[in-house]
Parts: sequence; structure tokens; C-alpha cells
Amino acid sequence: MEGNMNLTLQVWRQKNSRTEGRMETYQLSGISEDMSFLEMFDVLNEQLVHEGKDPVSFDHDCREGICGACSMYINGRPHGPLQGVTTCQLHMRSFKDGDTIVVEPWRAQAFPVIKDLVTDRAAFDRIISAGGYISVNTGNAQDANAIPVAKENADASFMAAACIGCGACVAACKNASAMLFTSAKISQLALLPQGEAERTARAKKMVAQMDEEGFGACTNTGACAAECPKGISMENIARMNREFFVAEIGTKD
Amino acid sequence: MATSPKLDAKIPDGPLETKWTKYRSTVPLVNPANKRSLEIIVIGTGLAGASAAATLAELGYKVKAFCFQDSPRRAHSIAAQGGINAAKNYQNDGDSVYRLFYDTIKGGDYRARESNVYRLAEVSGNIIDQCVAAGVPFAREYGGLLSNRSFGGTQVQRTFYAAGQTGQQLLLGAYSGLQRQVGAGNIAMYTRHEMLDVVMIDGKCRGIIARNLITGELERHFGHAVLICSGGYGNVFYLSTNAMGSNVTAAWKAHKKGAFFGNPCFTQIHPTCIPVSGDHQSKLTLMSESLRNDGRIWVPKKKDDNRPADQIPEDERDYYLERRYPAFGNLVPRDIASRAAKERCDAGYGVGTSKMAVYLDYYAAYERYGKGEVNKRGIHNASADQILQLGKAVVKEKYGNLFDMYKQITGEDPYQVPMRIYPAVHYTMGGLWVDYNLMTTVPGLYALGEANFSDHGANRLGASALMQGLADGYFVIPYTIGAYLASEIRTKAISTDHPAFVQAEKEVNDRITKLISIKGTKSPEAYHKELGKIMWDKCGMARNEQGLKEAIQEIRALKKEFWSNVKVMGDVDEFNPELDKANRVADFIELGELMCMDALDRNESCGGHFREEYQTEEGEAKRDDENYMYVSAWEYQGESQWELHKEELNYENIKIAQRSYK
Ligand SMILES: Cc1cc2nc3c(=O)[nH]c(=O)nc-3n(C[C@H](O)[C@H](O)[C@H](O)COP(=O)(O)OP(=O)(O)OC[C@H]3O[C@@H](n4cnc5c(N)ncnc54)[C@H](O)[C@@H]3O)c2cc1C
Ligand code: FES
Repeated sequence: MEGNMNLTLQVWRQKNSRTEGRMETYQLSGISEDMSFLEMFDVLNEQLVHEGKDPVSFDHDCREGICGACSMYINGRPHGPLQGVTTCQLHMRSFKDGDTIVVEPWRAQAFPVIKDLVTDRAAFDRIISAGGYISVNTGNAQDANAIPVAKENADASFMAAACIGCGACVAACKNASAMLFTSAKISQLALLPQGEAERTARAKKMVAQMDEEGFGACTNTGACAAECPKGISMENIARMNREFFVAEIGTKD
Repeated sequence: MATSPKLDAKIPDGPLETKWTKYRSTVPLVNPANKRSLEIIVIGTGLAGASAAATLAELGYKVKAFCFQDSPRRAHSIAAQGGINAAKNYQNDGDSVYRLFYDTIKGGDYRARESNVYRLAEVSGNIIDQCVAAGVPFAREYGGLLSNRSFGGTQVQRTFYAAGQTGQQLLLGAYSGLQRQVGAGNIAMYTRHEMLDVVMIDGKCRGIIARNLITGELERHFGHAVLICSGGYGNVFYLSTNAMGSNVTAAWKAHKKGAFFGNPCFTQIHPTCIPVSGDHQSKLTLMSESLRNDGRIWVPKKKDDNRPADQIPEDERDYYLERRYPAFGNLVPRDIASRAAKERCDAGYGVGTSKMAVYLDYYAAYERYGKGEVNKRGIHNASADQILQLGKAVVKEKYGNLFDMYKQITGEDPYQVPMRIYPAVHYTMGGLWVDYNLMTTVPGLYALGEANFSDHGANRLGASALMQGLADGYFVIPYTIGAYLASEIRTKAISTDHPAFVQAEKEVNDRITKLISIKGTKSPEAYHKELGKIMWDKCGMARNEQGLKEAIQEIRALKKEFWSNVKVMGDVDEFNPELDKANRVADFIELGELMCMDALDRNESCGGHFREEYQTEEGEAKRDDENYMYVSAWEYQGESQWELHKEELNYENIKIAQRSYK
């Protein structure tokens, strides 16, 4: 026993996409405040295995806040109470002894549950496939310094590119909209001269795919940006709307 | 020593500088029509796999790509922080292809193959061009041109970066190229799939068995060639900076089907990681090496000094790297910096509650950058505090995400107190042995990226793994695979009803059924931890004959226990991370034994491999070029049985010397 926190966990359990899920309650003790939230789940799972019960499935990999795999909806907020932090970077020092913590998967029609806290986020990959790239085959490139890029544009592009594709924006939105995710990629490429040639086609194709996946509409509430662990800004949505608008006008003449 | 007849590295003839150019213009080509009927399987979609899959699909091959994560964008490459090297010489500081080649060979302590490393240096510039064209937002200067930083083991600025998220940006670039081909129907992408065996027909690799991790179903996939791009195996130590899912399984299955394993014991321990905080620790977090550019590493001069860092006066601090290695100072290569930290901590000078840490201090950098800003902005009579604040802002722009990460994990603010760091397992130089074409000893089976052994010898220099992964995928395999596939154009797709597929699937199935039916008392996680402890204690930063011999016995015992007492919850035909874990741990256990055997065979110290018996009086690694200037390539011959083959290393273009950073 490493620490002295006692917790009550209420966790969504669902065997697979075909069965109904339900909340289960677990008691945990001996949690240390230096543990990460996922390490606390490791403790829970070891305990469940010990008791001969099925451990809780959850997505995770890097545990450094960069791969975007972890995706827990904690006490009604994607990635929990802190701002700018993924579930794996959340530490137990953000909770107190005696707390009850409710943990659910992302809820969105476009992200069906696979098991417990694991959802299927392949819709994001399909949005990228629709146009989230620059069409440059390997070997086609010119010297990297041939086209200077103003530092402020390069920096802004990087800020948009910092999106980790976790889906917290969708989970935070009451309409399960994927505008923040999609606009971050569109912005990244629109801000660079290299992305210029396909600019209009890109915006149209990505938005069309986003709609097809069943993500909801954006009502500019801003919950997405508020909950984004990487601080992706709402400005991207405005930029995407401009790009999309230009694309629509463009096709009319 | 002569090279084993079983190892033909297929190095092209001619002078080093022209080998690759000449090879490229003479390698057999496959015409576009034939490419469409040739199928290539790519295991892994990290930098190596994603760049290879996208490029091969662009060329017209039919590609199937696999990864175990839910999206190719989550491969472990995403976590790389510091940067990627390239011999562009944009900074006009004397860099060149030859110098990058030289630094890499020297950094690897003269245990890498000259021809491969030279090629790597040659294509390094193309990688940056390609990435920029694909929309990778590298850091830039105010003039709009690309910015560079320096990294350990070099004296030029050749590292390109995107804040502390270079791997993320490079991977997202390669991933977008991959997804473009997926969208175009040229790549079939299989996410949440784990390769569990390779299929051999008439001595050639012809496909794989993969498990669909959602349904648990086993699938058979045919390919004219299979590329293993499954990353490194640092997680054999349980605690490492690798992602939780990083594993050796794909490479290990290939090894057991005939691919020799090269230099398994060559492990890189990274000097700057956040120290272990308790038994619950599930992984370790790297603090990028780029932090050593600006940070100074020190411990108190007095043993067991419990004063807080800011109360230890300057003259009572021991900047031990600057003291021992004045020429390179804090920028010595990783193996050297790691051992020096261990040496200080073992001797009782460590800091923090565990005393297993040293300070990485940014105070001097705040002052230096702050003064720079004051000058730039023409501020007169700036107060010391103002200078510090301005300096902190500069540091924040360069390394902000790393500092935030440190704070999040430790609960301490690194802008106020120096960071505490300690070495941790980070990268594996060893991997599947490959020839110049990146083909393993099994025809049709290739290995790229961290999964192969090729370019880093006994120690990898910082910012070279990203370079190697992308070199292999973007610029090497698209050419070299032609040498094999040109003779395969008449091979029709083989039915997956072929007895070899049926048999391979049955073996995988039997093993999974066995794992789940043991129903013992200990979780796969518990065995993984035990293995990790043996490996870290006896095959870690320092090794000796006795410890290694003990480790081999302990691992054999652990293996026996695992296979009779592991407890795998859940069922076979469902999403079951416990089963995935059990499969991986079983392979790690076997690999651990081989690593210890390899470390035991190598009676010398070189790079990351430090045998306590072989050191100089000053405690530096003592190589034995006379007897050990070879790549060890181990052939699997049955349970706990391997035969060692040696590839002699010839240095024709570099004068080998005792590595010195003093
Ligand atoms: C924290 C950290 C920071 C780093 N920073 C740097 C840096 O700044 N510069 C640098 O040069 N290097 C750095 N490195 C090293 C570098 O990131 C890696 O060596 C490199 O990214 C490995 O790329 P890869 O493509 O070979 O493998 P990975 O990116 O590990 O990809 C492996 C792929 O294989 C798949 N896979 C594995 N097994 C199977 C299986 N059985 N079946 C199906 N798929 C499978 C995975 O799903 C994944 O897609 C860093 C490493 C770490 C850990
Ligand atoms: S596990 Fe990678 S972001 Fe959390």
C-alpha cells in the first residue's frame, strides 16, 4: 500500500458494442497522490484480476499526453477536472481522500463503445483520409528552405497541428460536433504555403466527410476548446468556416 | 575473425561516397503494371512503417498496413520530443554528409556498418525537404527559414525540431501521407490488429497471422514481402520511456521463424528522465535531451547534502559533466552522461528523497537568455528579476511543453526549482539483423526503423532515430525492395488456404488457448514487473559476468512459472487487453534471456553496453576492437538455444579511435 487515499469509483462497464452497459461501483484504498489517474486504474485492475473479475478496458499508450489514446470522461468532463491535461497526465493529487469519481467513455454517435471505456474513433482517420494532407509524393519535394514561411504563420500552424486527435472536443460538445478537430487540420495546412494548392478542395472534402460520419452541428458554445487538452483554439473553427465559404463560392462560378 | 557465411550484408562495391548512387541506378526495377499485382504487408505505422507504406503505395504496390493502436497516428513515434538530424549545413557551421556519418559511427562506438550509416547521412537532407513539403511545421527563425538546435555527441547545429513535439509533427506528416493512400484505396489499413506470426512457404516469407483485437478473430494475410516496422523493445525492462504498448512480439516471431537477431544487448539508457516516484510507476517520462543544450547538470559536492538546491552555493556544486568532459560538457553522448549520473548517485551524492537523481538546472539559461532579450529590446537598467522573467519566457517558448509535463508529473514547478532527473531505458539499438537492402536473413522479410539493428552501433546519438525511421521508409526501402520483388513478378498471390497458413494459424491459436487456460494466480503485469527488475538490475546500465549468469537462470525460472501460473482474465473471442499483454510478456521473457546471453558474450564495454570488468582507470568504457569488432547475429535454434554468427565490421573510411569527449 503506497498511499492513504480511499476512493469510490463508479465506472461504465459494457461487454461489447452489442450489449447494454451499466455503472459499477468499486472501492479503492491505498492510492498515492503521486499516481497518475491511469496508474490508479492499474491498481483497480490488479485488484479485479485478484478477485477473479474482468478488468476495466481503457485506451492508453504513451501516458505522456501526446498520443491521444486515453479518453476518460471523468466527473462529467473529458479528461477530468484540470485544464490542458489528458487523462494520463492527470495525477491523484487533483483528488482528495474520500472522493467519489465517476468515469465514463466518450459519448457520441460517431464514437461507438467497443468495450467499457474504449470507443471507436476511426471516423477521425476517415476525415483525414478525405483531405487532411498535402498531395506530395515522396521524392517530389524541393529544398526545405526554398520557401520561407513567416514565423508567425509557422507558429500558428504548429499550434493547430498540436491536436492529438483524442476526441475530447466531440465528447465535450452537446451536439458531438467534430468541428474543432477538423478545423485544426484545415488551419494547419491553410497557414502554410505548401498547403495552398489544395486549400479549397481540402476544406470541402473534409467537411463533407465530417458530416457523413454523423458528427453534430457546431453552435459556437466553445465547450470543445475549453476542454481541449492541447489548447486548440476556436479561431480554427472560424478559419475553417472562411475556407469552406471560399470553397463554396469558388465552385459556383 | 571472418564473417559467418550465413551473413551476407550485400554491401555494394566501390567507394563509400558512390555506393548508394550507383546502387540506386542499377537496382532492378519493377514496371508499373507488375507493381499493381505485388502485395506488401507493413507491420507498424510509426515513422518507419507509415513512410514506407505511403511511399510504396505511391509507387503502385498493393499495401496492407497493420498497427495495434486504434489509429496509425498513435504509434510510439508520436512521443519523440527533441528533433531530427540532417546534414543540411543551413547554419554554415561546417556540417556535411561525411561529418554526420562520422559522428554517428563514433557516437555508436564503432559498432555500426559504414555503408548503411553513410547512406543514412546522404538521404538525411531529403527527409527534411519531404517533411516540409508535406506540411510539417518545423520551428523557424524570424526570416522564415528553418531553425536548428544542437544535440548530444555533436558540435554542429543540425537538429530540426518542432518545439518539444518533433515526433508528433513528423508522424502526423507521415500519417497524413498514409491516410491519403488509404483514401485512394491503395493501402488497406488494419488498426487494432496484432501480428502474431509470419508465414513461411518454401523458405520465403509469404504472409502473416494477425489477431483482430476487437473480435479476437485470427486472420491470414498473404504478401509477396513483409516489412517489420514494429519499433523497439525497451519495455523488456518494464519501466522505460516507451509507450505502454511497445513490444517485441512482431520482431520476435520473425526471429523464431529464422530472422537473426542483431546485437540484442545494445540498449540505450537515456540520462534525462523524471525519476521513479514509487512502486505504482507504470512508465518513465523522458525530458528531452535538447534540455541539456541549455541546462546544467550538477549534484552537491558534499555527500548526503539535504539542503534545498537554492541554498547550495555555487562553489559547493559539482557540475560533474563539465568537470570530467570539458570539450563536450553537458553535451556528451547519452551513454556517458547516464553512467556519470549513476556513478554520482551510487557514490552518495544523489538528490531528492530517493537520492537517485541529479539536478538539471536552468538558472544560468534564464540569465543568459534574459540578458539577450534585454539587449534586443534596448531595456536599460533591467532588474535582476526582470532579466530572469524575460529569460524564462524564452525558455518557455523553446521547451514549454516539457516544463509543463515535468510539473504535471512531479508537482514541482521547474521554473522555480531545478528539475530532478535520472537515467531510464529509452531505445534499443539492437533488433533484427538486416543487410544493405534492409532484408533480414529470411528472404522477403524486411525490418525498418527501431525494429532493425542497423545504424546506431552500440549507442544512438540523439535525434537520429527519427532520421533513420524516415530514411528507411521514405528513401531506402522503396528502392531496395525492387531487388527482391523484381524476381517475384511471376509469383501469383498465394491462397491463404495453403497448409502453411493453416498451420501457422493453428500454432497461434494453440498458444492463445494455452495462455488463457492456465488460470494461475498472477497477472501478466506482475510477471512483466519481475522480468523488468531482473533486466534492470543485471542487464541494465552496468553488467558483469556473474550477474548475467544469474539473470539467465532467473529468467528461465520465471518463464517456467509464467507458463504454469499466469492468470489471464476474459475470453479469447473478445476485446481483451490482458490477453494482448500476456502474449507480449511471454515474448519479452524469451528476449530477456537472449539479451543476457549477448551481453555475456561481449567481453568488452562499448557504447550503452558497460561490462564492469572492462573499464579504464577513469571508469570509461574499454572497447576490445581486436576481438569484438563485430555485429552479433543470433540464430534461434529451439527453446533457450541460439547460435551466434558474427558480421565483421570493416572501417575503411574512418580511423577508429578510443572515443573521447574530454
Ligand atoms: C519519449 C521518447 C522520445 C524520443 N525522442 C526522440 C527524438 O527526439 N529524436 C529521435 O530521433 N528519436 C527519438 N526517440 C526515438 C524514436 O522516437 C523511435 O526510435 C522511433 O520513433 C521509432 O519509430 P518506429 O517507426 O521504428 O516505431 P514505432 O513508432 O514504435 O511504431 C511501431 C509500430 O508498430 C506497431 N506494432 C508493434 N507491434 C506490432 C504487432 N505485433 N502487430 C501490429 N503492429 C505492431 C505499432 O502499432 C506501431 O504502429 C524517442 C523515443 C522516446 C521513447
Ligand atoms: S495515453 Fe497517450 S495521451 Fe494519454
